[in-house]
Amino acid sequence: MSALLEIDGLGIAFGGITAVDDVSFAVRAGEIVSVIGPNGAGKTTLFNMISGLYRPSQGKVRLEGAEITAMEPHLLARRGLSRTFQNLQVFGEMTLLENVMVGHHLREKAGVLSDLLGLPASRQKTRASAESALALLARVGLEKAAYRAARTMSYGALKRLEIARALALAPKILLLDEPAAGCNAVETEEIDRLIAEIARAGVAILLVEHDMKLVMKISAHLVVLDHGRKIAEGAPAEVARDPQVIAAYLGQHGQEQVLHAEG
Amino acid sequence: MADLLQFLMSGLTVGAVYALLALGFTIIFNASGVVNFAQGEFVMLGGMGTAFAIAAGLPVPLAALLAILGTAAVGVALNRLAIAPARGAPVVSLIIITIGAAIFLQGAAGLLFDKQIHRYPGFSGEAPLRLAGATLLPQSLWVMAGAALTFAALWLFFTRTLTGKAVLATANNPLAASLVGINTKAIMALSFGLSAAIGAVAGVLVTPITMTAYNTGVALALSGFAAAMLGGLGNPLGALAGGLLLGVLEALTAGYVSSQYKDAVSFILIILVLALMPQGLLGRKTTDRV
Repeated sequence: MSALLEIDGLGIAFGGITAVDDVSFAVRAGEIVSVIGPNGAGKTTLFNMISGLYRPSQGKVRLEGAEITAMEPHLLARRGLSRTFQNLQVFGEMTLLENVMVGHHLREKAGVLSDLLGLPASRQKTRASAESALALLARVGLEKAAYRAARTMSYGALKRLEIARALALAPKILLLDEPAAGCNAVETEEIDRLIAEIARAGVAILLVEHDMKLVMKISAHLVVLDHGRKIAEGAPAEVARDPQVIAAYLGQHGQEQVLHAEG
Repeated sequence: MADLLQFLMSGLTVGAVYALLALGFTIIFNASGVVNFAQGEFVMLGGMGTAFAIAAGLPVPLAALLAILGTAAVGVALNRLAIAPARGAPVVSLIIITIGAAIFLQGAAGLLFDKQIHRYPGFSGEAPLRLAGATLLPQSLWVMAGAALTFAALWLFFTRTLTGKAVLATANNPLAASLVGINTKAIMALSFGLSAAIGAVAGVLVTPITMTAYNTGVALALSGFAAAMLGGLGNPLGALAGGLLLGVLEALTAGYVSSQYKDAVSFILIILVLALMPQGLLGRKTTDRV
């Protein structure tokens, strides 16, 4: 099977400092790939290049064979690439339901006049959109809070809201930047289950995550970054045994964690 | 009693214009964080454009439509040529750019049109209506009804249409909006076009009462900005409340004290409101999550 997302020699420098250097890997449809590495390894920078926020100084990104390097985020969203943020990007003044419904923006062709007049077709469309948004909120366990303003919700809830909104775009690939950061054990468990479920539905997932237990358990493939370079890649168990990786990132403690997770 | 009614009538007429100006400020502020001091020029362009189109022999409705569309195009061009290229600059720089744009538009209007004072007849004649001892120009009704219709149409646009929701989403969080596939650059252009059109509508409606000239924009922008601040910058309902309140305050001061003090009294009141309620009357306290 050919790759859905291809990262080919991607790199970026900020004022002479190379943040990411010559990173290549691929993600196949429905596969969960995780990017790991110590703080400052360039994981979020890599994400920002893939999702069109930074313009890479070298390399290419391809989605379904078509080049999407440095394409604007709203065009990427239309092509089926959506992402979440480590430091939440939600519409604070809107309700959770509205947050998700905005994600439907793409799939509906806006009939401004028909909407203004409140024609039956428009109302039907809005109702259908609200129903599917509610279903998505239920999928991330937030349906009871659908009509609350996003700014009143907890961090963990907003993390899940971001995932629901990203899913509303019906993506082919979902980039998740530390979805479990700041979540407690129960919430992490829920997110873990949710990610696996999304992948089973055929959506590829590219994950940056610090929670090693989570990463080892759900990823099919790991990419390890250190100082902006890819130092290892492969199946979780394989990567965990790589001496370079252990030295750079996992350390003795990490290896124990890995063995524990495997056991 | 008749006096009071008279002052209220003229206050509400002027207030409706301020409210439209404040609405224009609000839309651009929400989309970009920029206070657009060229907003008053849009009102001037709407009035001057209509006056010249009528003088050229066009029927009034067509002249008004042309002036509004032309001004909207100026708004889009302002964004495209002056604001968008400076994207990423501090908001203060962008605001200074709008002041420069206002001066440029004023000069261009002086050259393109002329430096005379212009007006055209009211849409429903000039005979004043008598109402419980007060007199009212029919054009005042046009101004108030036009403002009410504009606010209603905008309310429907923002609450009912996907494009309107996309504007609100962009105002709330531009990055998140682009992530869900909203073309935030197009939304910016739309906001500038919409604000310019709203300003032009005010100019088209009020010129038979106040007259217009190439240099009327600056004073209008200041009053509109004051109205927007009074109501709470960023809130369309605040724009409506602030505009009407400012108009009525000015009219009452002019009527009961002296027309020389009308600006002073209203600005002192604004200072008081802002000192006691820095967010304006209807603005909400904002807290940033750190």
